[in-house]
Amino acid sequence: MDRILFGDNQFFAINHMSEEKARAQAIRFQDVRAVIEVLDAVYEAGIHVFMCTTHDRVREICEHVRSNPQRYSKFAFYPCMPYAHKYANAVTEYGMIEALRQFLPQDGAFAALLKGGLSLATKDVEGIARLLIDAEMKMFKGLKTPVIFLQNVVTDLMLGIGIKDAFRIFADHVQQVYCAEPGFITMNMPRLLDVLEDVGVQNPIICANINKIGFRMCGGIKRYEEVIATRKFRPVAMSVLASGAIRPREAIEYVCRQKNIHSIVFGASSKANIQETKRLIEEYSAS
Amino acid sequence: MHNVGLIGLGKMGLSHLAIAKSHPEVNLVGVCDDANYVRGILARYTDFKVHSHYEALLDEKQLAAVIIATPSRFHGEIARAALNRNINVFCEKPFCLDLAEGTELVELAQRKDLVTQVGYHNRFVSSFNEAKRLMDAKVLGHIHHIRSEAYGPVVLRPRGSTWRTSRSEGGGCLYDYACHAIDIVNYLVGPPAAVRGTVLNRVFSRDVEDEVYATLLFANGMTGQIAANWSDSSYRRMSTQVTIWGTNGKLIVDRQELKVFVKDPAELAIPLTQGWNIRYTTDFPSYVEYYLRGEEYSSQIDYFIRCIAEGRRDNISSFAHAVQTDSIVSMMLEDAEQNRRDLSTQPRSKVPARKWFERVKAMIS
Repeated sequence: MDRILFGDNQFFAINHMSEEKARAQAIRFQDVRAVIEVLDAVYEAGIHVFMCTTHDRVREICEHVRSNPQRYSKFAFYPCMPYAHKYANAVTEYGMIEALRQFLPQDGAFAALLKGGLSLATKDVEGIARLLIDAEMKMFKGLKTPVIFLQNVVTDLMLGIGIKDAFRIFADHVQQVYCAEPGFITMNMPRLLDVLEDVGVQNPIICANINKIGFRMCGGIKRYEEVIATRKFRPVAMSVLASGAIRPREAIEYVCRQKNIHSIVFGASSKANIQETKRLIEEYSAS
Repeated sequence: MHNVGLIGLGKMGLSHLAIAKSHPEVNLVGVCDDANYVRGILARYTDFKVHSHYEALLDEKQLAAVIIATPSRFHGEIARAALNRNINVFCEKPFCLDLAEGTELVELAQRKDLVTQVGYHNRFVSSFNEAKRLMDAKVLGHIHHIRSEAYGPVVLRPRGSTWRTSRSEGGGCLYDYACHAIDIVNYLVGPPAAVRGTVLNRVFSRDVEDEVYATLLFANGMTGQIAANWSDSSYRRMSTQVTIWGTNGKLIVDRQELKVFVKDPAELAIPLTQGWNIRYTTDFPSYVEYYLRGEEYSSQIDYFIRCIAEGRRDNISSFAHAVQTDSIVSMMLEDAEQNRRDLSTQPRSKVPARKWFERVKAMIS
């Protein structure tokens, strides 16, 4: 896994600090060319991984990278699935059966099972889950996807309800079909690590908020530091700047001080910020 | 430890289930849903005791509390069954579609001395809590107007039917979205005395409204506006925003950000600078032990459990508060119906200003 990963919040109107800022960025990045301009700056700065949700708009970015293989020879995606709003909105609008029908292949065994109703279809939840993962992965066909993440809404929902098998099903499918490593995004890192070890996901990749002010670090900042220092897993730090609440130098110094943190994901929208963040990470990683 | 049951396993129900099960003082003794496939999946992948009828769950080993997240039309019946068994109740919003029933349940809960809470989660969002603190400290001086808005991308095309497409089941923008906007007004400044000019518009839906607009009139002379629209595709998800105007400034608050414009900061109980004061989520204490979708969802369940544990009856989002919101919803429905009748029965020319409007319109064309 690369040390520095580039995130996608700024492209998709996500800003955990301010809805107004999120909207302004959404306007700027409405045109995919604006997104690609930033990604080119990221790539030129030597960051080769784009960690992104499976938002419909990512399809255009995939097409662009796929059409320029020489230019982007080192480019890799770390897809984060599912883009929850897509499914939540579909279930609200259509109810469960219709929503499933939209996202699963029109032909095949499940279309037939769905005709028998949800009780019949969900006799094979694992099969449905695998099909949904495949549906989410379609846009990345032919592209490098060495790590595939499960998004925090699903991870934490499964974690809370106690459906531990979900993590095993996800990990197995990602490894077997995509020859990729499974990753898990969560807001509840210590709790998740215990469960992943329990279901046999060895040395797991876990992406969680890790920042100096303990913002959305459930279990507490001290517990996070202890777990990171002592347990066998590959932490990926996100929300390192706590959505802008911490100054970059201070924020990165804190994260890099914890030597077991494997990778850092950050988002930015200007060449200057991208280069400065990378420079700070390298500076504090060396010391 | 408190024995808790959960009834209704749709999107909100599953979210509450995850949060309740993760709470260190909750023993989740059972769940209930009438959908076969939901029961099947939970029975297969979890250790929960799964019921198909809510009475069976309520009769489980002594329940301290139940969380009700069924479609709205079942809320009253199930809440009553729980209260009659001396079980504390957390119920999703809107509380009751029938005001008489809602009021009766408030009284029943009081007689039984039980904790009641309704899922108006904005009352547990730290930015709205801070806004309330500023309102209570009167930093804006005399408040003269409040505007409460809720927008989102729920219904973006004509579509088929779910319980949300039926008014009698609690569907529609008024029950689903506007309720939050109304409840937040009640929380921040108190309830209005009357509503006027209510419109319920259909944009894409056939049987329910997709937009709600109304004017609020308060007893002290203050006014307000409610605007809700669940057919706005420019939003990624539901967005609630409140703006408050006072003689000493203005306040704008949403889930993440609080902006206060202060005219004169001298002698304020809370130190603020002249001009804009901006606060973000990261500035407010909002830590929770387990997070799913937002701190407020965990905070509200934790608050419910603590009220039970500490024997507190002064819940900040109780059945009584929810009935207050439900009654404003009813006032809006009656007002909208009245407006519709007025427009259809009253000849246009009889409205005084109308005569001049038509005359000038003719001159322009």
